[in-house]
Amino acid sequence: MKKILNNKNTRTNLITYLVVIVAFVIMQTLYSLDMLSNSMKGYLVPICAYVSLAVSLNLLVGVCGELSLGHAGFMGIGAFSGVVIAALLKDVIASDVLRLLCAMVFGGLLAGALGFLIGIPVLRLRGDYLAIVTLAFGEIVKNLVGNLYVGIDSDGFHMAISTSRMELLEGGTYLIAGPKGATGVEKLASFPMGFVLVLLTLFVVLNLINSKEGRAIKAVRDNRIAAESVGINVTAFRMKAFVVSAFLAGMAGALFGMNYSSFTASKFNFNTSINILVFVVLGGMGNILGSVISATALYVLPEAMRGLEDFRMLLYAVVLILVMLFTWSPKVKEKTEVVSEWVKGLFYKLTGKKEVGVNE
Amino acid sequence: MQIIQYLINGISIGAVYAIIALGYTMVYGIAKMLNFAHGDVIMVGAYISFCVTNYLGAPAWVALIAAMAVCTVLGIVIEGLAYKPLRGTPSLAVLITAIGVSYFLQNAAQLIWSSSPKSFTSIVTMKPISLLDGQLVITGEVLVTVAVSALVMVGLTLFTGKTRTGKAMRAVSEDRDAAQLMGINVNRTISTTFAIGSALAAVAGVLLCSTVPTLQPTTGSMPGIRAFTAAVLGGIGSIPGAMLGGILIGIIETFAKAYISTQLSDAVVFSVLIIILLVKPAGLLGKQVQEKV
Repeated sequence: MKKILNNKNTRTNLITYLVVIVAFVIMQTLYSLDMLSNSMKGYLVPICAYVSLAVSLNLLVGVCGELSLGHAGFMGIGAFSGVVIAALLKDVIASDVLRLLCAMVFGGLLAGALGFLIGIPVLRLRGDYLAIVTLAFGEIVKNLVGNLYVGIDSDGFHMAISTSRMELLEGGTYLIAGPKGATGVEKLASFPMGFVLVLLTLFVVLNLINSKEGRAIKAVRDNRIAAESVGINVTAFRMKAFVVSAFLAGMAGALFGMNYSSFTASKFNFNTSINILVFVVLGGMGNILGSVISATALYVLPEAMRGLEDFRMLLYAVVLILVMLFTWSPKVKEKTEVVSEWVKGLFYKLTGKKEVGVNE
Repeated sequence: MQIIQYLINGISIGAVYAIIALGYTMVYGIAKMLNFAHGDVIMVGAYISFCVTNYLGAPAWVALIAAMAVCTVLGIVIEGLAYKPLRGTPSLAVLITAIGVSYFLQNAAQLIWSSSPKSFTSIVTMKPISLLDGQLVITGEVLVTVAVSALVMVGLTLFTGKTRTGKAMRAVSEDRDAAQLMGINVNRTISTTFAIGSALAAVAGVLLCSTVPTLQPTTGSMPGIRAFTAAVLGGIGSIPGAMLGGILIGIIETFAKAYISTQLSDAVVFSVLIIILLVKPAGLLGKQVQEKV
């Protein structure tokens, strides 16, 4: 046991799981004691979805070193396909939890499959070009899904890209109605299910990072040419990370979608992709626990500032810029070091302890 | 005849994209950053022009100059406050800061001018030209837009090719450290680039809103993304590339709207981008840089 705890990776992983589990237990207890406000209850599922999205994007951006600006596209695919599957399985599977699970798995698989397809061309590109193509992919998905019509009637399942080609028999319903988005969605999502998704995401991503594949992926990130020359199949490993990340984003999207009775494709636009990227960068690239915490905090922050109304997003923007300046700027770093040295000195003076390591 | 009309409209909107794309491409070439706030500078330029003409009753050219002046200052301030401290840090950090600036500009505009759309009166007073018994109509906006973007393109090419500052800009984009060793003030050169890019954004904003007359805080974001696509399509960092990419994106968008579907034009434009990048990974006129080991 001691040996396991001495391994730094294992220790950080255990801490990550522990934080998530403790947070879940606390929130669930408060929930069952009915001590949460209604708005707080509404945040729980989206937070779980965004945590999974941030962690899965971190696999791509932080661990793999590929800047992706189209994560919301995968999320959207998961959300819309999940809704359709949940509606189709309504008469087949009675249990809500099982149906949600099917929807999430299907959403994830579809997103993963599309991730594979788009990965073939995308992964030939590097750096900023890869970012542009993922951006383009996200916009294409938003645009196509925003014009997709899916409906069921007594005849069966219908799908078309415009209203004129789609006629439902009497009693049929639209599941996805073009620009109006998915309507009449059953709210199957629940907080425990979100927790399970977060755990699954953490399990998959953490295991991948600390496996042979993960080390290869990190090698590719740090120096692609060197990695290639020691015999690592760069494209295969990048593809693996890309597909896993898309799969998890699809699952999170399905959960997210089924938390609302209706949603439109514009919910999964460029801004959403960017928001998830902000979670990852502020949480620390490659730092999984950081992603979990920053996704939670940054999702709640603008919501909690609703009282400020119009100033809310302005303040968010300022906070974002300041945080980036404080964490990255070399000049600010120097200054904060001076301040922290000064505080340390003061602390030692006050406690009467001799300063260690500085004077000696 | 219809097809020529579409072609003209496409070139017109493409010329606006080209001017925006020039701003993206210059900043990318020199500072190696994706300046996502560029689209919002366009919006600010359009609002300034709107205010000057509507509230002060000034003529169009005053509005244009005012918009350019404000945007130039804005560009320099943004660069100095938000991007300069982060020079030399990973590009992702600067990218997120640029996104922060973009949010800031959008929300500030919403506070100042409210989110309800304003109808922008075109600054062009020229009468449309009818050709072939009215089958072909060329509006004044089209002529002005195309003329302005051609002028900007020629001007920029001459500027980067002939002047000292322009040569300094090329040197910095080629190799920043070497340029510094040759005595070029890198920081000032980057600031100048931002100033020029932002002034161009103001011009683009006024022209864009003269063609598509609704103005709201999010006006700049979608043309911004499209122009960015155009810059990449033409080969980011290349001035003629930005021009070519802009015109191509404009034409493709107009034709997709006319012949395929109005709603799906975005999907068509971005699919074309992906396909072209597959064939030419550095864009149409971009340089393929071989990585050194």
